[in-house]
Amino acid sequence: MSRARYSPGRMLGGIGFYAAVTAFVVFALFPIYWTLKISVTPSSLLYSEGITAWPSKATLHNYASVLAVTNFPRYFLNSIVVSVSTAVLVTVIASAAGYAFSRFRFRGKNVVAFLLLLTQTFPLVMVIPPIYRIMGSLHLTNSLTGLVIIYVAFNIPFATFLMQSFCDGVPRDLEEAALIDGCTRPQALMRVVLPLTLPGMGATIGFVFTAAWSELLFALMLIDDENRKTFAVGLLTFIGKFDVDWGQMMAASMLGLIPACLFFALLQRYLVAGLTAGAVKG
Amino acid sequence: MSVTLSQGRDAHRPSLGRAFRRAIEPWLYITPALTILLLVLLIPLVVGIGYSFRRFTAFRSEYVGLDQYRRMLGDPALGQALVNTVWWTAGSLVLQFALGLALALLLNRDFRGRKFVQAVVFLPWAVPSFLAGLTWAWLFNPVIGPLPHWLFHLGVQAQPTNILSDPATAMWGPILANVWFGVPFFAITLLAALKSIPNELYEAAALDGASVLQRFTWLTIPFLAPTIAITVMLRTIWIATFADLIFVMTGGGPAGSTNTIATYVYVSAFRAMDKGYASAVAVLLLVLLVLYALVLIGMRRRLLTQP
Repeated sequence: MSRARYSPGRMLGGIGFYAAVTAFVVFALFPIYWTLKISVTPSSLLYSEGITAWPSKATLHNYASVLAVTNFPRYFLNSIVVSVSTAVLVTVIASAAGYAFSRFRFRGKNVVAFLLLLTQTFPLVMVIPPIYRIMGSLHLTNSLTGLVIIYVAFNIPFATFLMQSFCDGVPRDLEEAALIDGCTRPQALMRVVLPLTLPGMGATIGFVFTAAWSELLFALMLIDDENRKTFAVGLLTFIGKFDVDWGQMMAASMLGLIPACLFFALLQRYLVAGLTAGAVKG
Repeated sequence: MSVTLSQGRDAHRPSLGRAFRRAIEPWLYITPALTILLLVLLIPLVVGIGYSFRRFTAFRSEYVGLDQYRRMLGDPALGQALVNTVWWTAGSLVLQFALGLALALLLNRDFRGRKFVQAVVFLPWAVPSFLAGLTWAWLFNPVIGPLPHWLFHLGVQAQPTNILSDPATAMWGPILANVWFGVPFFAITLLAALKSIPNELYEAAALDGASVLQRFTWLTIPFLAPTIAITVMLRTIWIATFADLIFVMTGGGPAGSTNTIATYVYVSAFRAMDKGYASAVAVLLLVLLVLYALVLIGMRRRLLTQP
């Protein structure tokens, strides 16, 4: 970035800066490291070497059985389909709604905003029975499509507010200049507002993807069919009546982080793309 | 502003059609979102509120008016749950926001390995919440987890014990797990907002001789303000309704010391199978959170209208 780019991190000085960054990395990684440690610990050593940093004998046995014996490859695939569909649909629908909130004054706007907010203010357990009934009447129980519809609904309100705030951040003058130059409003939206809100869209996609990836309650309630279960529900299969297969569960969890990592890596490109798009606008 | 401009541009068109188009255009953008919300959340919410006026027995239910709400008045567990909810929400939110903002500012600077760090620190958000709860419960367990031993060596604890089993400290467990889980949320949204600030503004401010602190106060904060306002409000509401971590880590115990309204709704619905009372408690939470949001929105409006 350019030299004049301001960052308060500079005040901390080099050492303080890297110390802070390291602290965040350690804090974020430590529980994940412990998950990894449990996943490579043979079950015989699980309790006797409970607090050592690494087991005296590590094994990949748990990973092998998760991939070869259990139905996890299928669960992963289902989760990827559901999460990607949800993330794309939500981002499109919520960008449109957020844009409308940011740029228009219209009758009923406050009512719509209130309804959006209202959907966030109660524990979802309250609406499980009615949602189940509605999905049943649409023949969407036990289906990944039904799950996507539910996740889209859960994520729209937040994504809309987020996209509204990002649209608010785009100076109106830029858009109006485009309108004066003869663009129609949809053209101005596509050429001026959209490129500038790309970092916001990237963040939105990331949030929705991970929310759908790790959702448990409704996936558990809606899906019975073994071949349509998602990753989070699959994790519960390791919790038996009498004991928990910690090793396999943690191995599956570690594998479950891989798609999320790949997704974040992809997002980085968008965050950078948004930056350059902002610089080019001129 | 945009109205006057488009009037000038469209002056030759019939005004009725234009007015109609302007009235209908926002609804075109909003209808898809609104339709799916009505179907999946708002109609079920109305049905769910209806449950709070009924009593459910094994195979049928009957209308009982406000009985479930009257029951809440004489429920000592609910009062404690209210206090716990405030404590849980405020503690989690303040720490998540402060650390999230710090992280966003760190990541907004260019440094070697930034991409790696960025990917790594966002990972906790991708961990399913019940799994996060299990992992943290594991870390706090003195037999299989390292944290009690660290606390012991630091002199915080007289001997390595599980803070989750002591009513005085139990709430810190889920709060810490929640901070771990939620810092990436603030970091990502605030970082994206930071990246949307045009570079030119900083360059201009630097040319004008603004100090680092001045630029932070007069440029960064005002630009972040809309994002901060909306994320803090939503996050408060989410934390208050978020039961997974507590449910997995402590189940609301010991002695109700980590029981929040949200976990109480889960426990009433699943363990006690008391759907009517669970709905009434959920409605109480809904009303409190709507009031909170209205107060916050009102404050924001007053701030905006001040010169």
